[in-house]
Amino acid sequence: MSTVLETTGLGKRYGGTWALRDCTLRLPAGRVAALVGPNGAGKTTLLHLAVGLLRPDAGTVQVLGRTPAADSGLLTRIGFVAQDSPLYPDFTVPDLLKMGQKLNQRWDSEFASARLERLRIPFDRKVGKLSGGQRAQVALALALAKRPEFLLLDEPVASLDPLARREFLQALMGGVADDGTTVLLSSHLVADLERVCDYLIVLQESRVQVLGSVDDLLAEHQVLIGPRRAAAQASPAGVASVIRESHTDKQSTLLVRTNGPILDPAWTTRDLSLEDLVLAYLADPSAGVLPGPSPLGMDLTS
Amino acid sequence: MIEFHLDGHSKVATYMQLVQQVRQSLRLGLIDPGDQLPRVREVAEALAINPNTVLKAYRQLELEGLVSARPGVGTFVTRSLAGPSLANQAALRHDLIGWLSQARAAGLDQEDIVALVETTLRATFQEGIAEA
Repeated sequence: MSTVLETTGLGKRYGGTWALRDCTLRLPAGRVAALVGPNGAGKTTLLHLAVGLLRPDAGTVQVLGRTPAADSGLLTRIGFVAQDSPLYPDFTVPDLLKMGQKLNQRWDSEFASARLERLRIPFDRKVGKLSGGQRAQVALALALAKRPEFLLLDEPVASLDPLARREFLQALMGGVADDGTTVLLSSHLVADLERVCDYLIVLQESRVQVLGSVDDLLAEHQVLIGPRRAAAQASPAGVASVIRESHTDKQSTLLVRTNGPILDPAWTTRDLSLEDLVLAYLADPSAGVLPGPSPLGMDLTS
Repeated sequence: MIEFHLDGHSKVATYMQLVQQVRQSLRLGLIDPGDQLPRVREVAEALAINPNTVLKAYRQLELEGLVSARPGVGTFVTRSLAGPSLANQAALRHDLIGWLSQARAAGLDQEDIVALVETTLRATFQEGIAEA
């Protein structure tokens, strides 16, 4: 499968502080990837490096096989919506569509206006007077009007209320289904994205902590509940690593990454949600799941 | 045409919820061979879910021989699950209601009944597998 985004040892420094460092990842085509991490983890920096708004201080970044910032032709093939959907507040929707038409070689104005009409966005009002949810929809429609191969969205739903959030994700999924667009969207919320994303990148403290397909990650992580276990005691067979553990006087609860089935009858196993998984890793910066040459021989990117 | 719904509290994977709803509709005779399933794009947009999830559900149904995809046209039901069991369901439901009121008269509450049904179901079907 072809690769849309590939970074190798990518880093960006502001003064003496690395905003992103040793970032090596690969995003296959056709995926909808969530870029998750706490504020300040480097999400926006990574997105800006990928679209060429920033230049790397270390390593390389390739988008659709090209180097952003050095290749303006690449801009016709990608869409980017920065945080809080910045739009010219004095423009109306038709003004923005006209601007898009003039500034882009590849532009599907009908597609964009049909979308916005269906969403009943008022065309006669200045964009600055629209609601946050409507502005987000306008920004998404403009980005999709380029029919991009790769769409990057920085915190697209963070400032939206639950209804606007759902409507935005509906519009996004419809747009993705139309063209098979690859999407990378950053968020510090995971619950909303569980059904939207099939690929996960967790950034923490400027580094990539977890990377892989959501299905694979969920399949290989489980919660085990069993009798109290001594801290030094060996983990049951099938456990590759313990991400988090808690104990009462009678019972132990382990969140584990597995490398085989847990057959020990002393342990009850439970699946976990994407949100539980992300929160467990974020709580423990020293743990991580990265593909590549691992002792398990698993390829999380396939 | 059917409309999919998702249970936000269900532990069942999203694609499997879609698969189960199609199977259920087939069992109940709500859809028949020749009927079209909603388009992938429509399902993805209506439920705000990844289109790959819908594709995965449709591929699973195809593997089960229940539907077939016609490229560029859509996905169509090829087999029914309604069969003879549908006709018997009304009578069985009637018996079940009778049994449930007996169980309540005997002092079982809803959770007791569910637990009893689940354990009996598991035991009976395991025996069935062992015998077969």
